[in-house]
Amino acid sequence: MEQILLKGLDGDRTWRLADYEKRGGYAALRKIFDEKMTPEQVIDEVKKSALRGRGGAGFPTGLKWSFMPKNYTGAKYLVCNTDEGEPGTFKDRDIMRYNPHMLIEGMIIAAYAMGIPVGYNYIHGEIWEVYERAEEAIDEARAAGYLGNNILGSGFSFQLHNHHGYGAYICGEETALLESIEGKKGQPRFKPPFPASFGLYGKPTTINNTETFASVPWIILNGGEKYQALGKPNNGGTKIFSVSGHVNRPGNYEVSLGTPFAKLLEMAGGMRGGRKLKACIPGGSSMPVLTGEVMMELDMDYDSIAKAGSYLGSGAVIIMDETVCMVKALQRLAYFYYEESCGQCTPCREGTGWMHRMIDRIESGKGRNEDLDLLLNLSDNIQGRTICALGDAAAMPVRSFVKTFRDEFQYHIDHMKCMVPASS
Amino acid sequence: MTLSAESLVKIDREIAKYPADQKQSAVMSALRIAQMEKGWLAPETIAFVAKYLEMESIAVYEVASFYNMYDLKPVGKYKITLCTNLPCALSGANDIGGYLKGKLGIGFNETTPDGKYTLKEGECFGACGEAPLFILNNVKMCGSLTPAEVDKILAELE
Amino acid sequence: MLEIEIDGKPVSVPQGSTIMDAAGKVGVYVPHFCYHKKLSIAANCRMCLVEVEKAPKPLPACATPVAAGMKVKTHSQLAVQAQKAVMEFLLINHPLDCPICDQGGECQLQDLSVGYGGVESRFEEEKRVVSNKNLGSLISTDMTRCIHCTRCVRFGQEIAGIMELGMGGRGEHSEIMPFVSRTVDSELSGNMIDLCPVGALTSKPFRYSARNWELSRRRSVSPHCSLGTNISIQVRNNRVMRVLPVENEEINECWISDKDRFSYEALNSAERLTKPMIRQGGEWREVDWKVALEYVARGLKDIVSAKGAAAIGALATPHSTLEELHLLQKLMRGIGSENIDFRLRRSDFRVKSEGAPWLGMKISEVSQLDRLLVVGSHLRNDHPLLANRIRQAAKKGLEVSFINPSEDANRISAKHIAAASPDRIAQTLGGVLSALENTSDSKGVAADIAKSLASGKNVGILLGNLATNHPDASAIHVLASKIAARLGAKFGFTGEAANSVGGYLANALPGKSGLDAASMLKDPRHAYLLWNAEVELDCNDPQAALAAMEKAEMVVAFTSFSHKACEYADVMLPIAPFTETSGTFVNAEGRAQSFAGAVSPLQDTRPGWKVLRVLGNMMGVAGFDYEDSKQVLDEIDLSSSRLGNAPDGDCAAAEPVHGLQRVSHVPIYSADSLVRRAPSLQNAALAAAPAAAMNAKLLAKLGIEDGSPVLVRQGEGEVSIHARLDEGLSDDCVAIAAGHSMTSNLGPMFGQIIVERL
Ligand SMILES: Cc1cc2nc3c(=O)[nH]c(=O)nc-3n(C[C@H](O)[C@H](O)[C@H](O)COP(=O)(O)O)c2cc1C
Ligand code: SF4
Ligand code: FES
Repeated sequence: MEQILLKGLDGDRTWRLADYEKRGGYAALRKIFDEKMTPEQVIDEVKKSALRGRGGAGFPTGLKWSFMPKNYTGAKYLVCNTDEGEPGTFKDRDIMRYNPHMLIEGMIIAAYAMGIPVGYNYIHGEIWEVYERAEEAIDEARAAGYLGNNILGSGFSFQLHNHHGYGAYICGEETALLESIEGKKGQPRFKPPFPASFGLYGKPTTINNTETFASVPWIILNGGEKYQALGKPNNGGTKIFSVSGHVNRPGNYEVSLGTPFAKLLEMAGGMRGGRKLKACIPGGSSMPVLTGEVMMELDMDYDSIAKAGSYLGSGAVIIMDETVCMVKALQRLAYFYYEESCGQCTPCREGTGWMHRMIDRIESGKGRNEDLDLLLNLSDNIQGRTICALGDAAAMPVRSFVKTFRDEFQYHIDHMKCMVPASS
Repeated sequence: MTLSAESLVKIDREIAKYPADQKQSAVMSALRIAQMEKGWLAPETIAFVAKYLEMESIAVYEVASFYNMYDLKPVGKYKITLCTNLPCALSGANDIGGYLKGKLGIGFNETTPDGKYTLKEGECFGACGEAPLFILNNVKMCGSLTPAEVDKILAELE
Repeated sequence: MLEIEIDGKPVSVPQGSTIMDAAGKVGVYVPHFCYHKKLSIAANCRMCLVEVEKAPKPLPACATPVAAGMKVKTHSQLAVQAQKAVMEFLLINHPLDCPICDQGGECQLQDLSVGYGGVESRFEEEKRVVSNKNLGSLISTDMTRCIHCTRCVRFGQEIAGIMELGMGGRGEHSEIMPFVSRTVDSELSGNMIDLCPVGALTSKPFRYSARNWELSRRRSVSPHCSLGTNISIQVRNNRVMRVLPVENEEINECWISDKDRFSYEALNSAERLTKPMIRQGGEWREVDWKVALEYVARGLKDIVSAKGAAAIGALATPHSTLEELHLLQKLMRGIGSENIDFRLRRSDFRVKSEGAPWLGMKISEVSQLDRLLVVGSHLRNDHPLLANRIRQAAKKGLEVSFINPSEDANRISAKHIAAASPDRIAQTLGGVLSALENTSDSKGVAADIAKSLASGKNVGILLGNLATNHPDASAIHVLASKIAARLGAKFGFTGEAANSVGGYLANALPGKSGLDAASMLKDPRHAYLLWNAEVELDCNDPQAALAAMEKAEMVVAFTSFSHKACEYADVMLPIAPFTETSGTFVNAEGRAQSFAGAVSPLQDTRPGWKVLRVLGNMMGVAGFDYEDSKQVLDEIDLSSSRLGNAPDGDCAAAEPVHGLQRVSHVPIYSADSLVRRAPSLQNAALAAAPAAAMNAKLLAKLGIEDGSPVLVRQGEGEVSIHARLDEGLSDDCVAIAAGHSMTSNLGPMFGQIIVERL
């Protein structure tokens, strides 16, 4: 199976520039300059590739790039979202650890396509070693003439800097991330205006996920159509799935979009201890949970998973076997959203706390009969009513867990204990 | 209250990343650098950073109190932050948590009486593939933990 | 313009409007908490969710821009359900004890919850408790009630120009707080109380003293600065309980400053003079009005016949009403004296304005300027709301430059600041003028200012209190008006007090043969009539003033308060403060605003105009038969043609002085007799004891440390105060507050001074 992002990363210093160049690195950038590709042509290739944002929302990347004002003369910014914090997701960390130049090259190309002179890569707080490595990579690229003024003699200039986060899931949300770069609390902004018109420091800004940018060099080098063909129509290319939980070999697996879930599970070594797949969250903890049976029939691409009632999200596949108590699982997730709500808007600030406390109560055997419907009603009252999608992210797991595994929740209420034996 | 010359050089390097009129963008780094030097962020330290970046102290405090990894109270020499989020929990994080609590004799958000260790619970580090895992002093990720592995890491800190 | 529909009503609004704007236009009320027309849009409370046709989810009216053809439903089932859900979320952690909350009866949450709250709470968990914060003497907190709308935080950042409150923490743990144990010290802080939609921030002085529905409301005008701020005086049992703003977009918008809000405390102070008093044989004796006034009339007549009328002088403060000022000058002229003045803090009277010096433009026109030069003004201290207007205009592109003794930009984002010691202000202005005249490229900040001004289309030049009270005020006036003429700029004076323009219109000024305020003190009179004036605090040179009072044969103090005049006066007569009399203030833009008394006069206090009416009649002066104060007002020509700022002559700038010089401003809570007696204001940070402020270089030169005690000598007197570092001052200046009892042993507001370490 074709790999793009994780290909050839078995050497011991794959993150160094020399190694990347040996693997064909920066050839795409050179191609653009050598063949005098215009920015429009670059965006066209990305459009043809059917590359969709890998950060969670799956928005078509080429289309997003075309929103940037073209004849705008003031400052514009390019921002990479390496604030990977969606529980279950750990792909961007590996891209940055082992293949940082691919991200840098992708960002340079994106900057060229949108005429952007300055970029920032926002790196998740907890991965300090990655930040240090990213700083080194930028230094290397700058020294080699890939970053800075007049890149490779092309006349195009682009400055790139890393910005280190310090522990706030919400900064993965793109406007919270911008606020954070501006030196404020990471509280999301109301949209509109969208970043393409009012972004970093109020200037037009494009934000993409690490994996999204890193996919771009290959697209330029091999053509958008070829990339698209790696996956499915409207679901172009390959995608890294971070498989965690009850599998034998948790880890990142880059596969073509549309690969059957069963195949991915097999790549991850199958279920730990040969146990039964009870449930799976296919796209990071914010996405609705699916039962094992539904999951086993699915192909791993945006459209297929959406049809089954969940989302591909960030590609974090959380595997739960039959020993998992779904009340306990949801309890931990609800706590997470409660802890990570930025606190700005009412439904999320108050609602996540309320839900978390109720689920705590149910888990500890103090649930009331009306609690389950109340939980569903609260998720309705949060979802779609908040400034950013964290509200939705907090509501979707609650709704899907309660709906899909209602009997387990009811059992907790009725019997004041767990129906799953030996759950951990 | 001031920071070491070395820390100030580091902060200046961060300031230089942003447009000249956007010094405030360096506040997160400045707080991180200050915390690394001082161990935690005392009000005087926050006020110093505010002055250095020409910000209001409360604006810096907002930042310092918003992000998890800043410590607004003194912590032990070694701060251990264990991820207990769902993917990690599925891979045994709670067992490691229990093991750490037993071994250090403290609960989450507590510091050993000798001031050596602080134990904290963290949210997803974006490294679930190596669960269970903790970060040491905000900078070192220690993954694939087993009780034996924990013993080894702590022994090296003695 | 975009055509849209709100609840079926068609409305057309300009591009960029929000649904909230459009709803306001057709009179549709959309419930809200965080939205405030003067603050940035936060869209965080989510109370204003409305249904928009074709939108998949309800949208916040406050933040959603209208699009052509939009159909909005603010009361549809979807909208109301969304609003109810938000209300439920807001209430789960909010105490439901309105009867014991100070905001009860005027709480937006309470009002809206009546319409939206569910009957029974579905919330079974424990409610959040948030610790209270000490924000100083003016704002009381009950932080558990906070609904995180961030209006107070945005107010600080955006209106007050300083972020003193923030929202610390995250998520449900977020709390509104100051940094560590700091207080909220802005001169506009009280507006946060009005902005807070719940009972989290309430008025400390007013706390638990009355319920909203027990109060009757009287419209009035603030008696402090020259803006003429519109206020509502709220009364219970003939006692002023509190003061709130009355919105007037052309003047104070929806704000009032803290002194406008809290100075009412003085009205109920124990220092009120409540009975006429006469000193006999060194003892003060309470007498009735008739006795007192007859005593005064007799005394004045005796002096007129013995020494001539010119032996009598009258000094009034510009905080007095127009009617009082008019009658006082009429009385003086009636007995033959031209010695009357209300410009007590001025010292240079060489050049006059052709008319009453005024702002030179409407207050609202300040917001339209694109360039502004402010000369000699501690704007934020002297005119808090004018400063705010300029602050907001500066955010929208107005380039503001200052020529001031310090670099303090008054929390306005200034283009240029020329920090010039007082003796160099005129020089700096001269520099601006010659930069404008010369085509040769001059450099320096004066040239920068000139360049900024010259690039504007709608330019303004304002002279502040410091410029007016300056010993070289005439030269400053002449130079500034030349610059204005050259640029075609609007030119004016900020005016010191509520009736700084009114005093001119009332002609409370010396006539040709008369003496101005400074001369009346330098060249002491035999008798003085003091109208509201506490001479050692209200005059430019307290030493000269007190010396003159002590020497005088007869001093009559017309005053609302018992004050230092007890030591030198012969008669003290209780006249009504602005809440107990009808009257008129003419604000800086020349707008006369009359008000009625809000309460009846305290004990034997009498409205000033009535006192003068009786005195006029007793003195046998014609034309004192008024039936009401309106008749007094009718005698005064208020036509705008009487305003005029052009100087009536030329005047060269004085040579710079040598050695240390004093620069002073009157601290905000020292400026008049009311603020001086409002305990909450006196306990606020802005009422800190006067210090001798110097820059680091000067401190070092004098061997003085920041905060250490120093001896300051000026003229005959000396005071010991503490030194304070102020980096914005120039090398030869010591800033020492005037108008304060701690510095009233010193001489004039400006001039040479000696500072020694103690
Ligand atoms: C609560 C929340 C958390 C998010 N976290 C991340 C994240 O960790 N990484 C990321 O790339 N995008 C994250 N996103 C999505 C971003 O807002 C944004 O859509 C994305 O970075 C755009 O990049 P893409 O188009 O390349 O996917 C998050 C969104 C929300 C609402
Ligand atoms: S939904 Fe939650 S995280 Fe997003 S802005 Fe509102 S409070 Fe903040
Ligand atoms: S008023 Fe619109 S969200 Fe608060």
